[in-house]
Amino acid sequence: MAWDRNQMAARAAQELQDGMYVNLGIGIPTLVSNYIPDGIDVTLQSENGMLGMGPFPTEDEIDADLINAGKQTITEMDRTSYFGSDQSFAMIRGGKIAMAILGAMEVAENGDLANWMIPGKLIKGMGGAMDLVAGVGRVVVVMDHANKRGESKLLKKCTLPLTGTGVVDRIITNLGVLDVVEGGLKIVELADGVTEEELRANTEAALV
Amino acid sequence: MKKVYDSAAAAVEGILFDGMFIASGGFGLCGIPELLIEAIRDNGVKDLTIASNNAGVDEFGLGLLLQTRQVKKMLSSYVGENDLFMQQYLSGELEIEFNPQGTLAERMRAGGAGIPGFYTKTGVGTVIAEGKEEKEFDGERYILERGIVADISIVKAWKADEQGNLMFRKTARNFNPAAATCGKICVAEVEEIVPTGSLDPDKIHLPGIYVNRLIQGQHEKRIEQRTIRAA
Repeated sequence: MAWDRNQMAARAAQELQDGMYVNLGIGIPTLVSNYIPDGIDVTLQSENGMLGMGPFPTEDEIDADLINAGKQTITEMDRTSYFGSDQSFAMIRGGKIAMAILGAMEVAENGDLANWMIPGKLIKGMGGAMDLVAGVGRVVVVMDHANKRGESKLLKKCTLPLTGTGVVDRIITNLGVLDVVEGGLKIVELADGVTEEELRANTEAALV
Repeated sequence: MKKVYDSAAAAVEGILFDGMFIASGGFGLCGIPELLIEAIRDNGVKDLTIASNNAGVDEFGLGLLLQTRQVKKMLSSYVGENDLFMQQYLSGELEIEFNPQGTLAERMRAGGAGIPGFYTKTGVGTVIAEGKEEKEFDGERYILERGIVADISIVKAWKADEQGNLMFRKTARNFNPAAATCGKICVAEVEEIVPTGSLDPDKIHLPGIYVNRLIQGQHEKRIEQRTIRAA
């Protein structure tokens, strides 16, 4: 037993606090918006130039001029504002966005993050990820604990090109929740049905 | 001086040359200057360096200039939607300089604002920092990034008046204002040009001082990821 994608997203949604401006990455992080707890009011930022991102549109509401950072069609809300990319990243770099929840390929025990390229294989680019991890108040990574070959993605040292150094605060995986602390990662919570031994056995990074 | 031109071809006439540097607005396929890109393709100018967040898709947007092999180098943050890009990059035909998205936007803004360089935390300790000056401010490390000044910039807006004052619409604004400012000559395409005086001066997003040439045209506005919820 472990958490599935939706359970990981639901757990990540518990990180949200009332009044926060938050940026959600592509993939599982996008699902977090489905699980915003009752009584918590957050404003979602889309780095292509929007605050107050609404849900996906109905067929009738589709507007080619209204997309999110994953290039998906979306809708606006009463609170929505639009701005240019330069201002969007000014608010990111300027520390106005409280938290980013994003995916990762690797996280190291010192909080280093790699999520933008695999040399010789995957050459897509970092998009806004480097700016986000350098600028926002808190970085929460949501990812599977192991890669497709069953190897730990929580490493002593990242092997892939970095997105940022020492930037990750918390990691939510299918096996549990870990914080980046002095000396390594600290287990905060175990996923349903997962034992501490199981999580330890699947983690290369130092656990303190 | 008259800024309004009859066609995209006329608007780029006399300002294109081989080896030039073009800055383009747009995010994905949203808010891209699709008519001017076609005009640049039809002109045949080559060895272009293009600063644009993305490189379009194979059949649309800047992908059209990859098809015709008019592009030598791209400055972009994300090129994942374009297979042709990947092929040309892997075969060594095309160079890419990856720029973090916010760094690319700020490089355009800075270049247009007469700022030759700025320090940013973005990319510190990564390959992006290689070869760049690093400096510490208040105990934190920053790298020096350069402002971009392009030979021309091409942008898409929603409405303009005859003075080139521009209004954008929703997330189609994206890189367009910053790109507009960083071109020595800026060419803008819009959905509608209205008589001077008919836009509310308080609602103009980009003043016409930045816009040199202007065209009105029909836009396809292709959608990359049509995502819907149940009604």
